Amino acid sequence: MRVMVVWCPDWSVVAALEEADRSLRSPAAVLSANVVEVCNGPARAEGVRRGQRRRDAQARCPELLLLPANPDRDARAFEPVLAVVEDLRPGVAALRPGLLAVRAPGSWYGSETAAAATACQALVETGVWDVRVGIADDLFTAEQAARTAEVQSWTVVPDGGSPSFLRGLPVHVLQDDGARGRELVGLLQRLGLRTLGDLADLPGDAVEHRLGSYGATVRRRARGEDPTLFAARTPPPELDAEVAFEPPLDSVEAITFSVRTTAERFVSQLTHHQLVATGVRVEAEADGAVCSSRAWLHPRHFSARDLVDRVHWQLQSAGSTSGAGSSLRARRHAGVVRAPIDRVRFVPELVEPAAAHGEALWGSASDDLVERGVARVQGMVGFDAVRRPVLQGGRSPSARQALVPWGERAVDLRPVDRPWPGRVPGPAPVRVFATPPAAEVVDDAGREVCVTDRGVVSGEPRRFRVTGRDGTGLPWQPVTAWAGPWPTDEGWWSGGAGPTARFQVVGADGRAWLLVRAPDGWVLEAGYD
Amino acid sequence: MSSARSVAALDPGRSVVDQLRERVAAMERRPAGEPVATLPGLAGLVPLHAGSTYAVDSAALALALAAGASQAGEWIGFAGCADFGAEAASELGIELSRTVLVPDPGEHWLEVTAALVDVLRVVVLRPPASVDERTAGILDSRLRTRSSVLVVHGHWPRVTARLSVEESVWTGPSSGAGELQERRARIAVHRGARPPERADLAWPGVRLEPRLEQQSPGISEIRRA
Repeated sequence: MRVMVVWCPDWSVVAALEEADRSLRSPAAVLSANVVEVCNGPARAEGVRRGQRRRDAQARCPELLLLPANPDRDARAFEPVLAVVEDLRPGVAALRPGLLAVRAPGSWYGSETAAAATACQALVETGVWDVRVGIADDLFTAEQAARTAEVQSWTVVPDGGSPSFLRGLPVHVLQDDGARGRELVGLLQRLGLRTLGDLADLPGDAVEHRLGSYGATVRRRARGEDPTLFAARTPPPELDAEVAFEPPLDSVEAITFSVRTTAERFVSQLTHHQLVATGVRVEAEADGAVCSSRAWLHPRHFSARDLVDRVHWQLQSAGSTSGAGSSLRARRHAGVVRAPIDRVRFVPELVEPAAAHGEALWGSASDDLVERGVARVQGMVGFDAVRRPVLQGGRSPSARQALVPWGERAVDLRPVDRPWPGRVPGPAPVRVFATPPAAEVVDDAGREVCVTDRGVVSGEPRRFRVTGRDGTGLPWQPVTAWAGPWPTDEGWWSGGAGPTARFQVVGADGRAWLLVRAPDGWVLEAGYD
Repeated sequence: MSSARSVAALDPGRSVVDQLRERVAAMERRPAGEPVATLPGLAGLVPLHAGSTYAVDSAALALALAAGASQAGEWIGFAGCADFGAEAASELGIELSRTVLVPDPGEHWLEVTAALVDVLRVVVLRPPASVDERTAGILDSRLRTRSSVLVVHGHWPRVTARLSVEESVWTGPSSGAGELQERRARIAVHRGARPPERADLAWPGVRLEPRLEQQSPGISEIRRA
């Protein structure tokens, strides 16, 4: 069996740069635990090496782009490469992101060289520039052949030529085999074994005694006796579902009614694969072009009814152009889409095994009931008018909470378990104003109370009141007790609100308030009521 | 038939008026007597009953009334409370993952509240404007057939009990130093035309505190005599 290996060097960097939308020519490195894991060619030219610490790498190359390690992203980005090769020859095995193996297509493309050239060309056409192909009798030799190849080129090791090809390779090619590979390289070099040929010449039992089973495996590989096979993957099933309307429909009600069976088919084919979708992209096409596309996340997983609801909300919000600021949808505008829709497609974006979302033995009927009731409310006032409160980290009370639209997952929350220095201690305020009203706080002489840069209060607060926009305000209220200030200066590096100081103030009626001295005046941020 | 049964079933050991009330409530299809979990500090003062409406004048009291049901594993909802303090709710034991929030229901507040009452155990409503008898009646009749509780933060024409904060004292801050720590509030519970019942509650945690008057019973005895 001949094996073809396709190698895309520094794949983590390529994937990360593509995600960050940066040029592939800029020096970049992927770091994990502050140590360079992978770097690309321009960075290597500046002296950046794998295993370097972040500081050392930056000292060598100050303009080095530092990217976080993310194995999921690498695997995701490698998926199109697998698909391209799969088109040429089925039975592709992804060894790791950046490296794939496939049984070499023999005479179909004329010769193995022609097959390698075809694979290179197909990949370069999809935008993967750095591709190297190796073809040999076994997996290890093919991988080494690919590593010796030039950019967009190939090395073909002839049938039975593996031992002689591997003999000349230095032992440090084993470094790519993980930690134990690196350990073995060090040991072999100290033993005076410079090439794989030196290792292959040693007697087998002696190698196994001295270097263990891994060393014996490496020796067998170096002799071209590697029995390692790879498991070809089965292509992922096609899970998209779409429905075409002929003639195109221009009413949201008609569309939602018509997508019902498609939504049911979508969910049932996922169920057939024992999967559930937790994130779905709904695409609507008008005149053959996608006119509305939105990814929806579900806190649990999508049922057919949920999908129909999402289609309804998406098309409704796309149709109602007026009053984008108000959460309440004008009813007379609802139900008309901008252009007649001729196709609706469901694309699963996040798919998880159904077992992870199984219901308890006794079911959760009451939760279902609530979901349905809330969906009815969403139908009345719009999907984003119903919220779910979640906690997050922050300094001000309003920053410490987030109201997530019902049926969506909370993303980009600040962690709660950090210290957040400068946050106001004591019990949390019961009322947190979404738009804090302006206020006035004055001292004995009637002057406005200020806080200096060093956090010194200009005078003792005596009276406060809430002011309206037009200068008038509620009646003054005397302060019976106050505490503070708790100064913060958030986001000063990116033009934040400027230095602010928070005060807890108890009024004469025994109600406590959280007042904030911002650079442009006082605001009433929260109430302890 | 019902009259014959009622005459036969009256229990001489209990108050006739109470028994008749229960019977009337049952005839109105009210899930009467079905208690809804209440915080221990409030259970002695205002035990919540399904199908009733309670009015409060403080957001802290509204949260406290809803917290018991949430702790007991029920779903609760807040309609019209744009200034919901999630952290305070969480400190009171409210499970935020079982909390539905409609911060700004706008002109549809009545329909939204009615839909929430259908599925949630406790619904806290802050009505946007003054509510007339007829509007309140729509919601009350819906409430009667469901086993949920409506807590209104604001004015409501007909309520089972009206809770108001009469006095409130915060301990902790003193001219710049310290921080808010504890709050004691005198709560008055009005039920219909009866004289109000008063109790002292302490935050955080909503604890029922012994009242000062009860510690000096001699004085009140003399006054009464």
